[in-house]
Amino acid sequence: MSPTEYAYNSKVEGEVIVSKLDAVINWVRKNSVWPMPMGLACCAIELMGSAASRFDVSRFGMEVMRFSPRQADCMIVAGTVTYKMAPVVRRIYEQMAEPKWVIAMGACASTGGMYRSYATMQGVDRIVPVDVYVSGCPPRPEALIDALMKLQNQVISKERSVKGLFKPREDLA
Amino acid sequence: MEDIAKTLIGRFGSITRRKSADWPAFNVPASRILDVCRFLRDDFGYDVLIDITAVDWEHESPRFSVVYHLLSTAKATYIRLVCPCIHDHKPSIQSVESLWPAANWHEREAYDMFGIHFEDHPELSRILMWDGYPYHPLRKEFPLAGIDTDLPLDDKDIDLGDGAKAIAAPMMGGPFHATPGEPMSHAEPHGSDESWTEKHPKPEEGK
Repeated sequence: MSPTEYAYNSKVEGEVIVSKLDAVINWVRKNSVWPMPMGLACCAIELMGSAASRFDVSRFGMEVMRFSPRQADCMIVAGTVTYKMAPVVRRIYEQMAEPKWVIAMGACASTGGMYRSYATMQGVDRIVPVDVYVSGCPPRPEALIDALMKLQNQVISKERSVKGLFKPREDLA
Repeated sequence: MEDIAKTLIGRFGSITRRKSADWPAFNVPASRILDVCRFLRDDFGYDVLIDITAVDWEHESPRFSVVYHLLSTAKATYIRLVCPCIHDHKPSIQSVESLWPAANWHEREAYDMFGIHFEDHPELSRILMWDGYPYHPLRKEFPLAGIDTDLPLDDKDIDLGDGAKAIAAPMMGGPFHATPGEPMSHAEPHGSDESWTEKHPKPEEGK
């Protein structure tokens, strides 16, 4: 054994790691966010670009785009939310399993953007809770990746406790 | 072009020529629109329906006109038909969906935006706004900023309980324009009246 061994050493520490359950679970969540592309307009093109080889969001453990809300953690609302689409966005958000996050990508999803009209919702945060807003019309893929990294920091730093996660269900007890 | 005008006016006496800057245009009475369209398609080769839209003349009668743009792919020429709707209050006209299936969605859009009823349309429902939306937004009396309307969030599974609704968005006095010749820092498009913004609420009527 070298004198400067910083990594985990099973011979010294045994097969035991001591940590907090919150920290471990949130660390797992942080490094494996499965995004759900809610591609509604041109922002979706930049969203695709951020997943492709040039920008490659898989470096941060987010390459698994899930088109089923049941399998996704983070809804990326990429584009203009019309009032006609709003109930659909809301329904899909409700179908995602907890814990779940939302990124409002671009000016339209954040505020309605340049569309001030009878048909356009003035910000998707009126129907779903948004964790990160991305400015731009559309944002560069770097901006979206930055937003996803900010979301990772939120996941690890915000006290979203895992209490109750392993609680026995009362109906089965 | 002149032979089309002669043939059309000779065959359907109630058709009149309409002033046009480019392609020939005709006023067609609502009762003959289906016959005229079928004639143009079968005998003159106008095989593509490019667009159906409508015009709201507000205070005139007939108030609504439906505008058809047809294309002949063989001759590469267009023709425009303008057809006033029968009623001002509940405007209606014959559907041409039986001639060009493309008319289906165009007519649904004209119905959605102007409230024009296309008779014999297979499924005349809204296409851009949601089902149950109470207004026709491109009518002249509809305000530019919109009208507060409840959203179709009545499903209890997706109900937020916060009463999310369609809100009138401030237009800041739009339509927006940039003055040419100004320095670029001042040429940013702006509304001519910005008295009503997110920060300053809309002044009440009559004050």
